Amino acid sequence: MGELKLMKGNEALAEAAIRAGADAYFGYPITPQSEVIEYLMAEKPHERTGMVVLQAESEIAAINMVYGAAGAGKKVMTSSSSPGISLKQEGISYIAGAELPCLYVNVVRGGPGLGTIQPSQADYFQSTKGGGHGDYRQIVLAPASVQEMSDFVKEGFDLAFKYRIPVLILSDGVIGQMMEKVELFDPIPRWTDEEAIANSPWATTGKKNGTERRIITSLDLDSHKMEEHNIKLQEKYKEITKNEVRYELIDCDDAEYIFVAYGSSARIAQKAVQLARAKGIKAGLFRLITLFPFPTVKMREMCGKGIKGFLAVEMSAGQMVEDVMLAVRGCAKVEHFGRYGGIVHTPEEVLAALEQKIIGG
Amino acid sequence: MAKVRGAIVVDVEKCKGCGVCLPACPTDVIDLASEVNGKGYHYAFMNQPDECIGCSNCAIVCPDGVITVYKVKLNR
Amino acid sequence: MAEITLQDIIKPENLVYKKTDLMTDKPLSYCPGCGHGTAHRITMEVIEELNLAEDTIGVAPVGCSVLAYEFMNVDMTQAAHGRAPAVATGIKRVWPNKVVFTYQGDGDLAAIGTSETIHACNRGENIVIIFINNGIYGMTGGQMAPTTLPGMKSSTSPYGRDVAMMGNPLKMTELVAQLPGTYFVTRQAVHTPAAVRKAKKAIKKAFENQRDCKPGLSFIEIVSNCNSGWKMTPTDANKWMEENMFPFYPMGDIKVDGQLVK
Repeated sequence: MGELKLMKGNEALAEAAIRAGADAYFGYPITPQSEVIEYLMAEKPHERTGMVVLQAESEIAAINMVYGAAGAGKKVMTSSSSPGISLKQEGISYIAGAELPCLYVNVVRGGPGLGTIQPSQADYFQSTKGGGHGDYRQIVLAPASVQEMSDFVKEGFDLAFKYRIPVLILSDGVIGQMMEKVELFDPIPRWTDEEAIANSPWATTGKKNGTERRIITSLDLDSHKMEEHNIKLQEKYKEITKNEVRYELIDCDDAEYIFVAYGSSARIAQKAVQLARAKGIKAGLFRLITLFPFPTVKMREMCGKGIKGFLAVEMSAGQMVEDVMLAVRGCAKVEHFGRYGGIVHTPEEVLAALEQKIIGG
Repeated sequence: MAKVRGAIVVDVEKCKGCGVCLPACPTDVIDLASEVNGKGYHYAFMNQPDECIGCSNCAIVCPDGVITVYKVKLNR
Repeated sequence: MAEITLQDIIKPENLVYKKTDLMTDKPLSYCPGCGHGTAHRITMEVIEELNLAEDTIGVAPVGCSVLAYEFMNVDMTQAAHGRAPAVATGIKRVWPNKVVFTYQGDGDLAAIGTSETIHACNRGENIVIIFINNGIYGMTGGQMAPTTLPGMKSSTSPYGRDVAMMGNPLKMTELVAQLPGTYFVTRQAVHTPAAVRKAKKAIKKAFENQRDCKPGLSFIEIVSNCNSGWKMTPTDANKWMEENMFPFYPMGDIKVDGQLVK
């Protein structure tokens, strides 16, 4: 059993970065995720593991530092919250285009604009449908506990290097700020320079005599080659969709009604399942762990098995619900419920929405 | 007394005929050809090869790096 | 004196100058007479002479020199517009023993990338920045740059840069020289053999500073021409540059070994 600690989600994530053998973190403070860089600075990872931690002059600079270091074959990450993530989108598009592995974290707050510092899940579209320009996708992991804030760092880096893709941990202000018991995984040593070079032969680490030089770019002015590159990216996304869908089904075996939720909304919806069952309503929870790839096949499959309706529960005006509709394709009722702008819904509100919109509607 | 003789070789197909090498030449060796290369540029050439002293000035200012320079010392 | 033929002179043993192998054989995408090619070449000559090629990682900008990675035969990363100093910071921080440089134009470095430039300089990142200032946006077709001279015509200042309306040209090099994080700051040119020799010396010093872990960033501005954007022949552009750009952007070292000299 690993070391047990009581930690904030943001702190667990930062500790996990050190333990996952990250080579560098580049960030810029923003509420509600500033604890990530504060924790890292206090922990002196440069002494613990040799990990670099640098406070950049902006979110834009931070993601471009990630781009440079990721292109040089190192394990790097950044974190921010919604407005800061918007600033990073150009860099993320470049990272996706140049097929670089990296991890970044969005501890989502309410928007649009400067919005609020309170929790939200309104960045679903930005996270799963692109965010920056161009036809690209990224793997999106949605932690629902402090434990997952830690675990997904390790998993995120593994996926990033497996597919040479940016991986996003899409958290929210609740998960980032709450304290919970967490079992920390045992530290993984950082790669040596030789290991980094061997793991990423494509990276810019200095052209050795007699070898071809490495170029990190997302540019190709030859449209035919650019299309080929795009096709290759799409093939990769298909592969990811085939292999990497992750979800958790809670009380779904005999369920007639399904809450679909992720992150902190999933915790609330789980309580709503219990409240519903106490009233004799057969409810279950489909908790999304990967938002991209989305568990379309599984959701579609469930449709035909006595499910009468799906309620998409999310702290937004209705974003994930569109993917639920696309999965279900009209074979069951799909509705949305969620508070937004920084308000967190209660289990009672969620149950009431099920009764009104799905059962009674 | 040693006399120096030089020569340049211009990669004609890569020369863009910009003419930056002309004023760089201390002995007015280079001119632009009246003929053009495959890209339609009037390329640089040694109009007065006997005057070349192999100083490399032309090659040093050539933006496209198309000039190679040779030099020999002659003993008289 | 015996007659000597060209065939006698053009022999491998008589070779005194050829393009470095650290420039690829790909024809440069720059306009005829553009200083970019010369600046590329002397940068690569320095890396070759210092025997640093195996440990060098370059960062290309957005602008005319976006394709610098096609021509510079070392490992290269292409950065988003203006972000090269941040990209170089990321590389240098995780590979402190490598030699990292950026190659940027004036739009990239002095407009959209001002923040990244100033902060990389101020942090004293141990990198080299090569800054090509031709007073114009070349790639997009000759628009006004932050470095366009007062009264100078461009496609977005067709009647000349009106300082009252469009603001003043920015002297980035003087500005970064004031920051404690810069170690070597100089302004050079590459339009004559003498200028090229001086510029190359400066670039060599910059890379030596990095190799020897001197504390701070080495920043080299190269005032260059844009004959297409300025709508002149290459030789006229060089003359115009001497007469108009040099008085505003004077040549020479501004900071040497961490000390202001101008």
